[in-house]
Amino acid sequence: MLQELRTLLRYRPLIQSLVARDLVARYRGSMLGFFWSFVNPLLQLLTYGLVFTVILPGRHSPAIEPYLLFFFCGILPWTWFQSSIAESAGVLLAGGNLIKKVLFPAEVLPVVTVFANLAHFLLGLPALLACLAYYGRLGPTLLLLPLPLVVQLVLTIGLALLVSALTVHFRDIQSILAHLLHLWFFASPVLYFYGDLTGWVRQLLRFNPMTHLLVSYQQILFHGSFDHWRGLGASLAVALLLFAVGSFFFDRLRDTLAEEV
Amino acid sequence: MSHAVVAVELAKVYRRYQHKNQFRTLKSAILTGSLLSDLRPEETFTALDGVTFEVPKGATFGVIGENGSGKSTLLKLLAGITKPTRGRLQVEGRVSALIELGAGFHPEISGRENVMINGIMLGLSRRQVQERFQEIVAFAELERFIDAPVKTYSSGMYARLGFAVAIHVDPDVLLIDEVLAVGDEAFTRKCLDKIGEFRRRGRTIVIVTHSLGLVEKMCDDVLWLREGKGVGRGDPKRVVDAYLTYVAGGEEALLAREHGRAPAETAEAPAAGPGGTEAGHGYREGRWGDREVEIARVRLLDARGRERHVFVSGEPLTLAMDVRARTATTDFVFGVGLFTADGVAVYGTNTDLEDFVPEALEGEAEVRFEIGALRLVEGSYLLDVAAHKRDGTPYDYHRGLYSFRVRSHTKDVGVHRPEHRWSFAGGVAMRSAPRPELDLREE
Repeated sequence: MLQELRTLLRYRPLIQSLVARDLVARYRGSMLGFFWSFVNPLLQLLTYGLVFTVILPGRHSPAIEPYLLFFFCGILPWTWFQSSIAESAGVLLAGGNLIKKVLFPAEVLPVVTVFANLAHFLLGLPALLACLAYYGRLGPTLLLLPLPLVVQLVLTIGLALLVSALTVHFRDIQSILAHLLHLWFFASPVLYFYGDLTGWVRQLLRFNPMTHLLVSYQQILFHGSFDHWRGLGASLAVALLLFAVGSFFFDRLRDTLAEEV
Repeated sequence: MSHAVVAVELAKVYRRYQHKNQFRTLKSAILTGSLLSDLRPEETFTALDGVTFEVPKGATFGVIGENGSGKSTLLKLLAGITKPTRGRLQVEGRVSALIELGAGFHPEISGRENVMINGIMLGLSRRQVQERFQEIVAFAELERFIDAPVKTYSSGMYARLGFAVAIHVDPDVLLIDEVLAVGDEAFTRKCLDKIGEFRRRGRTIVIVTHSLGLVEKMCDDVLWLREGKGVGRGDPKRVVDAYLTYVAGGEEALLAREHGRAPAETAEAPAAGPGGTEAGHGYREGRWGDREVEIARVRLLDARGRERHVFVSGEPLTLAMDVRARTATTDFVFGVGLFTADGVAVYGTNTDLEDFVPEALEGEAEVRFEIGALRLVEGSYLLDVAAHKRDGTPYDYHRGLYSFRVRSHTKDVGVHRPEHRWSFAGGVAMRSAPRPELDLREE
């Protein structure tokens, strides 16, 4: 795991360049360009807003009003997580040429995916902050934002390493992943308030590391008071574990990658 | 002298995993046990099998062999892209591999950005790429297009940029895999010049190629791989010659040839006349005769008298035989036969047929057979040489023991290319396209 970190640090300039390339290439040829990173979450917000305030109104507790703002606080980090994992599944197969033809540390590819999506997250953040400012909810807790962000980064990279390496050998992961992530989305408190949950459902969701991350984001951004330290700590533990497992698997499968992609 | 590359008993075994189907399924993995245990290989394929060699620093090392002989696998091992299954491999210094030019290019972004990323990928720092940027672009001759997305490049432009970046990484060990086939001849020449410059600066180069002329011209040392094993190693001329003989006539030819050098005999009776006009049927390599007159050495020479094995169609070729007569004799004939690789007779003649009357042969002598212009189409050819009595009794008969290759600008077919020209009159207009330079051997 430490060696993995060293490799990633050593290839930092390459990761930077590839992330930049990813961002530039993604929007090349589109009219709005980088603006899409900004518009995407807003459109997502509008869609869910239409469903949960117009079609199915009045089903959320007063603790999360205005509901759209609450939802915005959760969907932004969730999108970062989900896109990273979904894209990392195919990233080694797509980059097969690099792995086979150039001496190239393959772990760079999933890591680049995670960072590129982090960039989208950060580009969408000003929109969220503007909305929070509009409702007068910008508080000093905002300074804590880097905490869940770093935990999520570690967690996402760990899972991305695992998923990307396994997908090379088990291509069906690509197909099932979309559904798993969809399920995971509903099993994470993005659309609803974790504080409202009771009984076994709440117990079950406690084991989801994304739960605590989302609760942290919501407390820091939406509620303006943060006391979810234990949950965030537990998420960090899980994130580190996942990173260790992810790099272990990646390392074990590394030599087979150039032959299998 | 220190070595840039040391390989000891190097082996690479590729694994094919269980379940012959191409796509692995999670279901089967879950049903049959844990994921990792299912990754145990079932079938294996040995691409390299115990290859040992070393490359001194500053040397140019060639690797030749047929398709599938393990050349590219060896190069991938040297580049560190895959790990050897067995054996020891040591490569000193920064390695740059020209395995596929522009492998890391992203089509949507500009050449400029791709140069930056590719350079970093190959191990340069951002600053180093910036310093070399002008040079890279100038080398690739892409000044006008460098800000256009790479997807708009032609394949030649793409390869040029890829080569330019890779060569400007300035590695200690440069690995080249048959990449010079891309691009036009002018660019190929430029690449060769650049590689030559590399050699002069004392860098180590490993070349994998089918271009035997290139190997003979550039390499100090050659390794010949066959089915993953090193079967020949050493002086380029000798190894390439052995390889050509093998390719032309199969393994039998190689054995016969090895025997031919040593005084070995084949049981087969001598053919009717030199040139073996009946050949094409049961053409077999070998050597026979009582050696009263011995053909001790045969060389193929070009116009400047240099020994070569690859000729360009239309070039002169001289066949030089060193002859030694054990006892003085007045009954002798020298003959020559030329065959295609599959044993079809192209031409055969001897001194008797051409009305030379033998007067004396004693001690050491040299016999030359000079072909003014080698009017043959591209391909491999075998040679017979013989010394025998006028009644056909052989002194020393070498059948198919020598081979050479003819290269050609024109992809015409057949065996013989008569001297010819086209002319057009009336309502027909033709323009001859510029013809690329072919001969890699001429300076």
